[in-house]
Amino acid sequence: MATTDLPAASAAKGNWFERIGAGHFLLAVALLVYPAVASDFFLTQIGGYSLVLGMLALSLMMLAGYGGMVSLAQITVAGVAGYAVAIFGENGANVLGFGWPWWIVVPWAVLLASIASALIGWIAVRTQGIYTIMITLAIATAIFYFAQQNYAIFNGFSGFAGVRAPQFWGVDWRAPLPFYYLCLGIAVLAYVAVLYGARSTFGLTLQAVRDNPRRMRAIGYDVTAHKVFAWFIAGIVAGLAGVLMVWFNGRISPGTIGVGAAINILIIAVIGGMRHPIGPFIGAVVVVLMQTFAIDIVGAQRFNTLIGLVFLAIVFFSPDGILGLWERIKPHLAQEGLRPGG
Amino acid sequence: MKIHRRALLALAVATAFTAPGFAFAADDTIKIGLLATFEGPFTVLGEDGERGAMTAIGEAGGMVGGKKIEIVKGSSDASPDSAVRAARKLVEQDGVKVLIGPLSGDEGIAVKDYAKTQPGVTFINGSSAAQDTTFRDPAENFFRFSTDGAQWMAGLGTYAYNDKGYKTVATVAEDYSFPYTQVFGFMAEFCKAGGKVPSKSWVPIGNKDYSSVIAAIPDNVDAIYVALGGADAVNFLTQYQQSGGSAPLIGGSITVDQTVLTAQGKLRDVLVGTPSAGPTADTNDAPAWKAFVEEYKKQPGAFPSPSLFAHAYYVNTKAALIALDEVKDDLSDGGKAFREALAKVSFDSPTGKVSLDANRNGIADIFLTEVSEGADGTLLNKLIKVVPQVNQTLGIPEDQFRALGAVSRDNPSCS
Repeated sequence: MATTDLPAASAAKGNWFERIGAGHFLLAVALLVYPAVASDFFLTQIGGYSLVLGMLALSLMMLAGYGGMVSLAQITVAGVAGYAVAIFGENGANVLGFGWPWWIVVPWAVLLASIASALIGWIAVRTQGIYTIMITLAIATAIFYFAQQNYAIFNGFSGFAGVRAPQFWGVDWRAPLPFYYLCLGIAVLAYVAVLYGARSTFGLTLQAVRDNPRRMRAIGYDVTAHKVFAWFIAGIVAGLAGVLMVWFNGRISPGTIGVGAAINILIIAVIGGMRHPIGPFIGAVVVVLMQTFAIDIVGAQRFNTLIGLVFLAIVFFSPDGILGLWERIKPHLAQEGLRPGG
Repeated sequence: MKIHRRALLALAVATAFTAPGFAFAADDTIKIGLLATFEGPFTVLGEDGERGAMTAIGEAGGMVGGKKIEIVKGSSDASPDSAVRAARKLVEQDGVKVLIGPLSGDEGIAVKDYAKTQPGVTFINGSSAAQDTTFRDPAENFFRFSTDGAQWMAGLGTYAYNDKGYKTVATVAEDYSFPYTQVFGFMAEFCKAGGKVPSKSWVPIGNKDYSSVIAAIPDNVDAIYVALGGADAVNFLTQYQQSGGSAPLIGGSITVDQTVLTAQGKLRDVLVGTPSAGPTADTNDAPAWKAFVEEYKKQPGAFPSPSLFAHAYYVNTKAALIALDEVKDDLSDGGKAFREALAKVSFDSPTGKVSLDANRNGIADIFLTEVSEGADGTLLNKLIKVVPQVNQTLGIPEDQFRALGAVSRDNPSCS
C-alpha cells in the first residue's frame, strides 16, 4: 500500500505535483525514456506516427467532446498544412516549391490550416449532429478530388515527394530520435493546451453551448462565433499534426487526405474515447499497432477483417472506447486496492 | 488510490509503446519481404502477384542456396504512402535484406526513393511499371526484371496503324504514372507511323461515372485506346457500350488482362478483336510458358491463366532466387555481392530471355495479342506476334530517348 502514502508526501512538496497528477508524471517519464528501449522503427513508425495521428484525433476530440461537432474533415485540415509545407517549402516534384525557410513555412502552414478549419467550421456550425458529419465528409471528399485532379497547385495523383524535415541547431529533425522528441513535444503542448483550455472560460462556454445552445444564445453569447473559434483552435492542432505528418512521410499525395484516412481519424477518436484528451492518443497507439502488426498475426488475406473485429469488439463492449473500458474496470481495481496487502 | 490507478494506465501505455521486436531469422532461413496490394482497389491484382511469387518459390522447393525461404508479407493500398510505410515495416522492423515489390506505378517510384535511404537492402520490383522507377534518378539497389509500361506497348502502335488501319485514336487512361507510361509507349510508335491522337482523357482511379469522359471523345476517331485497370476498365467499357459507342478498342496491358476478361456481362462482344500488347500472352504455345501455367495453377485461387502481375512477381522472384543461389545466401557484406550477381542475371523465363540494362531495368520479349474467344467460350489474349528483346528506350538510342522528356499527361503529343 505504498501508493496511498504518495499523495500526502507530494502535497508537502507543493501542490503543483498534485495538480499535474502522478499518472501524468509516470506517463511523461515513460514517454521520455521510451527511446532507450525502442528500436528506430518503434520510435518513428509506431511512436512518432501514433503521436501525429493522436494529435489529429485530439483536434477531432476537442470539437466532438467539448463542442458536440463531429468532424470528418480533420485530415483535410492537416492536409492543407502538409500541402502548404510542400508548396511553400521545398519539394522534389518540380512543381512550385518556393523554398521558403522552415521558420516561415511552418507558422504559415499552420495559419492556413486553421483558417481553412475555421472556414469549414463556419459552414458546418449551421448544421447539427449527423448533418455536421455529412457536410464535413462532403468537404473532405471535395478537397480530396480537387487535389487529385488539380495539377497546377496540387500536382494531381502523385502529389509531392521529397519533402524534407528541416535541419537546424545541428540536428536532422527527421532522424528517429529527434523526430520522436519533436512529435512528443508538440503533442504534449497540444494535450496540455486542450486539457487546460477545456477549463478556461472559453472551454466552459463551449461546453455550455454544446449542452444548450438556445439558452446560451438567450443569455447573450454569440454561439456561432464560439463554435467557429473552436474550429480555428482545432485547426491549429490539426495543422501542427499535418506539418509533422508531411515530414514523417517525406511526401504528400491525395491518398494521404482521402476518405479512408478521414474515417481512420474518427475510428482512432472513437476507439480511444472522447471524454478526455488522452483518449485520442490511446486510440492512435492501438490503431497504429493493429494496422502494422495484424498482417503478421493472420496473414495477408484477412488482416483487415481482424482489425475490423477488434474495433467492433471495443465499441461493442464500451461505447466510450478504451477510456470508457477503463472507467468500468476502475471500481473493481479500486476495491482490490483497498484490500489489505492489495 | 488515485495514483495506483493512473500508474496502471501509464504502464499500460508504456508497454504498448515498447512491444518488443519479434521474430529473428534463424541461421538456416533467409527472409524475403513480399510487398503487394492486399487491400484497396487492386486487392485482386495483389493476390495474383503473390501467387506468382509463391510459384517461383514453390519451384525452388522453398529453399535457396541451402537455406529455407521465409516470406514476410507487407500490404499497401496502391497509394505511395502506404507502400513506403509497408516497406519500412518490412525493412526496419522485420529486418528483411531482400524485398520484392511493390505492385503499382507510383508505389514503385516511392519505394525507389526509399531504397536510396537503405543502401544495405536490395529492392527488387514486383510489377510496378512506371518508366521513372528506373530511368530517371534511379536507385543503385533497386532492380526491375519485369519491364516497364512503355516496353509493354512494343509493336502495338505500328500494328494499329499499319494492320488495323487506324489513323486517329483517342486515349482514355487513369491519371497516374503507369498509364502515362503506357500511353507514351503506344504513342511513340503510333505517332511515328503517322497516326494522330486528337484527344487524351485522364480519369482518376476508382472513377465510377464515365459519361463526361465518353461525351468528350471525338466522334470521328477510328479507335479508342483504353488503359484502365480492373473495375475501372469494366465500368468504362460497360458505360461506353450502353451509351451506344461503337468505335473499336485498343487495349492497354492491364485493360484486357484476365482480371477484366473474366468479368461477367455483355462486355465480350465489345472486347473480342481488341489488339493489345504486354509481357504475357494467354495462348503462348512455348513449352516454358505452359509449364509455368501448370505450376501457377497449383496456387490456391489461381485464375485460368496467370495475370501479368503474377508473371511480373514470378520473374522478379525467380531472378532474386537465382542470384541468391549464386552467392549462397551470403548477404553479410550489405548485400554487395548479391547485387553484383543480380545485375548479371540472365535467364530463360517462361516468356523468353530476361536480362538487365545499365539502369537495372529488364530487357525482355513483348507479346502483341488480340482478344479472341477460346474453344470453351472463355476470352483469351491470342498471340499475334512476339517482339523480341525490347529495351527500356524502345530501340531508340538512349540520348534521343531521354530528349523526348519525362512521361506526363501532356508528353508525348501528336494531335
